[in-house]
Amino acid sequence: MSEHIVSSYDRDLEVLGRRIAEMGGIAEKMLAEAMDALANFDIELAHRVVATDQRLDALQREIEENAILTIARRQPLAIDLRECIAAMRIAADLERVGDLAKSIAKRTVKILSEARVPRAVIGLKTMAEVAAIQLKDVLDAYAQRDVERARAVWTNDSELDALEDSVFRDLLTFMMEDPRNISFCTHLLFCSKNIERIGDHTTNVAETIVYLVTGEAMPTDRPKGKSASLPASAEPDEPTK
Amino acid sequence: MTAMPVVEATIPTKVSVRDLDFYYGSSKALKSISLPLYTHKVTAFIGPSGCGKSTLLRILNRMYDLYPKQRAEGEVLLDGENILDPHIDLNLLRSRVGMVFQKPTPFPMSIYDNIAFGIRLYEKLSRSELDGRVEAALRGAALWDEVRDKLNSSGLGLSGGQQQRLCIARTVAIQPEVILFDEPCSALDPISTAKIEELIDEMSERYTIAIVTHNMQQAARVSDFTAFMYLGDLVEFGETNNLFTAPQNKKTQDYITGRFG
Repeated sequence: MSEHIVSSYDRDLEVLGRRIAEMGGIAEKMLAEAMDALANFDIELAHRVVATDQRLDALQREIEENAILTIARRQPLAIDLRECIAAMRIAADLERVGDLAKSIAKRTVKILSEARVPRAVIGLKTMAEVAAIQLKDVLDAYAQRDVERARAVWTNDSELDALEDSVFRDLLTFMMEDPRNISFCTHLLFCSKNIERIGDHTTNVAETIVYLVTGEAMPTDRPKGKSASLPASAEPDEPTK
Repeated sequence: MTAMPVVEATIPTKVSVRDLDFYYGSSKALKSISLPLYTHKVTAFIGPSGCGKSTLLRILNRMYDLYPKQRAEGEVLLDGENILDPHIDLNLLRSRVGMVFQKPTPFPMSIYDNIAFGIRLYEKLSRSELDGRVEAALRGAALWDEVRDKLNSSGLGLSGGQQQRLCIARTVAIQPEVILFDEPCSALDPISTAKIEELIDEMSERYTIAIVTHNMQQAARVSDFTAFMYLGDLVEFGETNNLFTAPQNKKTQDYITGRFG
């Protein structure tokens, strides 16, 4: 993209892009560390994740303020307007990713005393790895304004949905095996939901990137994996009439 | 023959510009322009100085006829009739296609006579009928409440914004079908500008409007369709909502985002 006649305009937009990249890096790190903390019951690391979230929140506010100022000051149009709107949307999604990672970290602190069946965490780790790859891909797509890559992220989210479904079934099995597992596994269920939501925010970012580059909205219906419903065996019997 | 851009096939076309070339002496100012003005819609012409947007506007009521060595080739159809035809009645054309200029140009006469002057040229009305038409025109230009008590004072005593609305009243008084605005707000403060924009919005219910403006945000606010012109070419014509958020042409994007180098 060629440069604006007013060069400070270019700098305003560059700063927005740089801050988004910074937020993305922090969100990625929070997700990875929250999962490490959970898998290894590392309380200290969990606390660090919780503390990091403040930085992410502050960056989001800064991006929002800058975008609003740019809109007020320069009345951007076309690609510039989409840059400002996209920065605000992506910042909001990344901030939510941070919140969800923080929530996993907080739960780690809470469930330490009742940790059981360590193998129950394995499925969650796989989910988090997929979510992390998706997040990295979408941040690369933003940095390179790569629509195809963004569309791929958007489509691949169904994988995460399917994994969530399988984690759900595993956890349910552990709970049925031994009722003492219920409390711990329920906490893990919430964690898996959090990771699934991180995936949803990642696809939101992908949609925003497509809008940013093309000016077009993505279709509203995204291919979904099987919804995490109760396995057939666990479902209450149909009432017989 | 360049194809006529069709954006809205469902809206009737009031003015249809077809393959229009325009020359100032030997220099070509418009190159094969084709575009529609849709009935009761506002169409904005934007582009850098010298792109031909004001030239195009001045062709729509044969304003250029006032100057020697200027000529237009092609067709401009107003309700299907070619207004470039040398046999056309220019007075009638200009009563159907009114124009408001960049600088307010009130006549050095009373507010009342500024409006009545044009009406008297075309129609013979009784005093009370004329009074009614003057009031209707001033109301139509959102000026009535400000001048009703001083209709006999000079039009030159009004503020710039009021003078511009007086010119709009003068234009609507003769009940045109199309109104051309050539940068109507460039000499006005923001409040007066807002009043004119509000007026253009209201007027589009009754008139087909074309506006030339250097203010991109103004074009985005007041128009339904926008034509971007550059060096005598029509680069892009489309719905305003699309053209200002996601233009198709890179030149359009560079211009409206301030990247023109």
